[in-house]
Amino acid sequence: MVELALPKNSRIQKGRHWPAPAGSGKTKTFKVYRYDPEGTQNPRWDTYEVDVAACGPMVLDVLIHIKNTMDPTLAFRRSCREGVCGSCAMNIGGRNTLACTHGWEEVPGRECAISPLPHMPVVKDLVPDLTLFYAQYASVEPWLHTETPEPQKEWIQSPQDREKLDGLYECILCACCTTSCPSYWWNGEKYLGPAALLHAYRWLIDSRDEATGERLDDLEDPFKLYRCHTIMNCAQVCPKGLNPAKAIAEVKKMLVDRVV
Amino acid sequence: MATYEFIEHRYDVVVVGAGGSGLRAALGCAQAGLKTACITKVFPTRSHTVAAQGGISASLGNMGEDDWRWHMYDTVKGSDWLGDQDAIEYMVRNAPAAVYELEHWGVPFSRTPEGKIYQRAFGGMTRNYGEAPIQRTCAAADRTGHAMLHTMYGQALAKETEFFIEYFALDLIMDEGVCRGVTAWKLDDGSLHRFQAQTVILATGGYGRAYLSATSAHTCTGDGGGMALRAGLPLQDMEFVQFHPTGIYGAGCLITEGARGEGGYLTNSEGERFMERYAPTVKDLAPRDMVSRAMTIEIREGRGVGPKKDHIFLHLDHLDPKILAERLPGISESARIFAGVDVNKEPIPILPTVHYNMGGIPTNFYSEVVTKGADGNPDQVVPGLMAVGEAACVSVHGSNRLGSNSLIDLVVFGRSAALRAAEVLKAGATQPEIKPAMTDGHLARFDRFRNASGGTPTASLRLEMQQAMQEEAAVFRTTESLASGVKRLDAVQAKRGDLAVSDRGLIWNTDLMETLELDNLIGQATVTVVGAANRTESRGAHAHENFPDRDDKTWMKHTLAWFDDATGKVKIDYRPVHDYTMTNDIAPIPPKARVY
Repeated sequence: MVELALPKNSRIQKGRHWPAPAGSGKTKTFKVYRYDPEGTQNPRWDTYEVDVAACGPMVLDVLIHIKNTMDPTLAFRRSCREGVCGSCAMNIGGRNTLACTHGWEEVPGRECAISPLPHMPVVKDLVPDLTLFYAQYASVEPWLHTETPEPQKEWIQSPQDREKLDGLYECILCACCTTSCPSYWWNGEKYLGPAALLHAYRWLIDSRDEATGERLDDLEDPFKLYRCHTIMNCAQVCPKGLNPAKAIAEVKKMLVDRVV
Repeated sequence: MATYEFIEHRYDVVVVGAGGSGLRAALGCAQAGLKTACITKVFPTRSHTVAAQGGISASLGNMGEDDWRWHMYDTVKGSDWLGDQDAIEYMVRNAPAAVYELEHWGVPFSRTPEGKIYQRAFGGMTRNYGEAPIQRTCAAADRTGHAMLHTMYGQALAKETEFFIEYFALDLIMDEGVCRGVTAWKLDDGSLHRFQAQTVILATGGYGRAYLSATSAHTCTGDGGGMALRAGLPLQDMEFVQFHPTGIYGAGCLITEGARGEGGYLTNSEGERFMERYAPTVKDLAPRDMVSRAMTIEIREGRGVGPKKDHIFLHLDHLDPKILAERLPGISESARIFAGVDVNKEPIPILPTVHYNMGGIPTNFYSEVVTKGADGNPDQVVPGLMAVGEAACVSVHGSNRLGSNSLIDLVVFGRSAALRAAEVLKAGATQPEIKPAMTDGHLARFDRFRNASGGTPTASLRLEMQQAMQEEAAVFRTTESLASGVKRLDAVQAKRGDLAVSDRGLIWNTDLMETLELDNLIGQATVTVVGAANRTESRGAHAHENFPDRDDKTWMKHTLAWFDDATGKVKIDYRPVHDYTMTNDIAPIPPKARVY
């Protein structure tokens, strides 16, 4: 019989409660996943009663407020705070998104749970280990392959051909899509996941790229591409409004087209 | 003190930072056969280059005639004659090849109907030496920096560049004035590393977070500048801080100058397009320093918009929705998220916001770091150390950078550093032994902050610094505000000894990392206000109300500022501006009144 119980150290314990500071205005409760890799304790949920009246509108503003005024030990990645660098991807209220563009008022209920992106190993608190995700991105060779000698000036690309890259090149590699994909949770070692495949299509469809055949050969594999079962979580959660599932479908079509 | 063990590494070149200039330098060094490491505190595509929007300047001439000489003239004039003309010539002449290289790597530039790279108008970029605005800024919609950075990271993967990701650089390893490497802290396992190299290239970006409101990312803490100061090296022209005219009111997020390049314009509370009064020829496409001053004056004189009359409107609502969707999709999204504005229907509330540091680590156009020698030589090279990008001060931007000249600066000088390294270094050459004494101080500092148990939390001292900078060293400065700024920053730097760090761990201890970053910021903020108080003239981004005119006789020179880490005292000296060109293909552009 297969044993499906989770290992003991994955049980999340009740953590510390941080009451609202005296004199707070409107408050909201944030339940935040904590894990200290240097301690011996299991992960825990700390709850913070945050004076949201003193915060900016975004969940990232809340996390920074917690770090600055309540608990400096909370660890999370952040950089641009405007939705272009992809650092602060996390699971907020059950949904993968960017903390910097997701308003705390958008999270329903009195309590907002914040945890690291699902499925990935946790390094500390809200910081996941994305090594595999990056390796899968690199595996699609995300650069222009050309054989023809380079022109003196630019490669000519019509506006129509350039338009085909829209909805693809904007990806910020935040990993919201890949880590929300049940198929990736099941076969993450072999299935490339929506982000890497979106990039694979971005180079396949670039009129300047001359390695279409090799790129398709590489993807023609029972796992890398075909583990996409159009569950569509990727398109649901993409904070940039992209549709990786559609890009994957286009790759599948290209593979069909070349045999018929 | 706890005992720490270094993990040792030896390379020909170590690049610190993986934004546009760091990636370009690392790529070039690796291609030249030098064993190269690129260490970065964030995953490369999260570097702040990713946030650059409007474009990259180069006189391709895709939208009508252009000439590198015109680009050079605009850049010198934009710099208010504080830019080094040899370096500016180097940049603008190498710009077209640099853009074609990016295109060949796969950057998804927007296209003209003929399929060439699309170019848009930008502030201060003109045809025929100031006659009229020109379209010189190559764009990938309004996500040019993002497109460049991701493409360059792809190239780095293709060329198998060796990365050390989420390593936080601590200090330069200095050996009697020669740089021998850099130490770093690996965040995900807490280990400490000593990277020995024949040359270290600092590509660590600007220090925008010295201010309270900046378009800059949280990670823009000028770590290279901080390390240079602690290594006893001067920073140059730090008083020149660029305020971008169009940061979103409140949030501070960037709205590209390309919005005005595509036809957007500013209005005050009377609905007046006031830039026509300040810059009759180029109007809303005047350089950033002038637009930011004009906006500040409008607000001061009671013509700001909003209930508090404290900001300005940027109109895009008259533009064709198709153009907005095609060329300005990113800022349309930012305006919706951060200002709740539909750009098709309403103006965007905006305010001048700290955006870029013209100052930095002084270099020559080979990207070698220079300092003033004991013999008075103002161009003395610091062996083993280079700097590129916003961290450096070449100086191609002088006292005011033109929009889209930073992205070109990144790739041109990233490449120049690699070319120079290839020229002067021998791959695999023997390196002298690193003695413990060279890095003991690094460990002592690290340990001191790690165990800091004073009464001032990092966040509160950071806020104190940011408020002082925001209030005293803004778009307009006065003798009084700057004197107060110097005093306030001195109080801030003195409190470094009283810092409190709560997290004692070594793995992903962001409390400690933010403290180390704050320490880097404080030195730079201090030399910024001291340099500003010292410069009794107005030039480019330094608008001194008690000295409203440019004074070429006394002040056409670069400020050099040293910061004594132990005492917090600043020493000032100067370097002459290079008022000569690189070749005889163009005559130096003599100073004149800067009107647009």
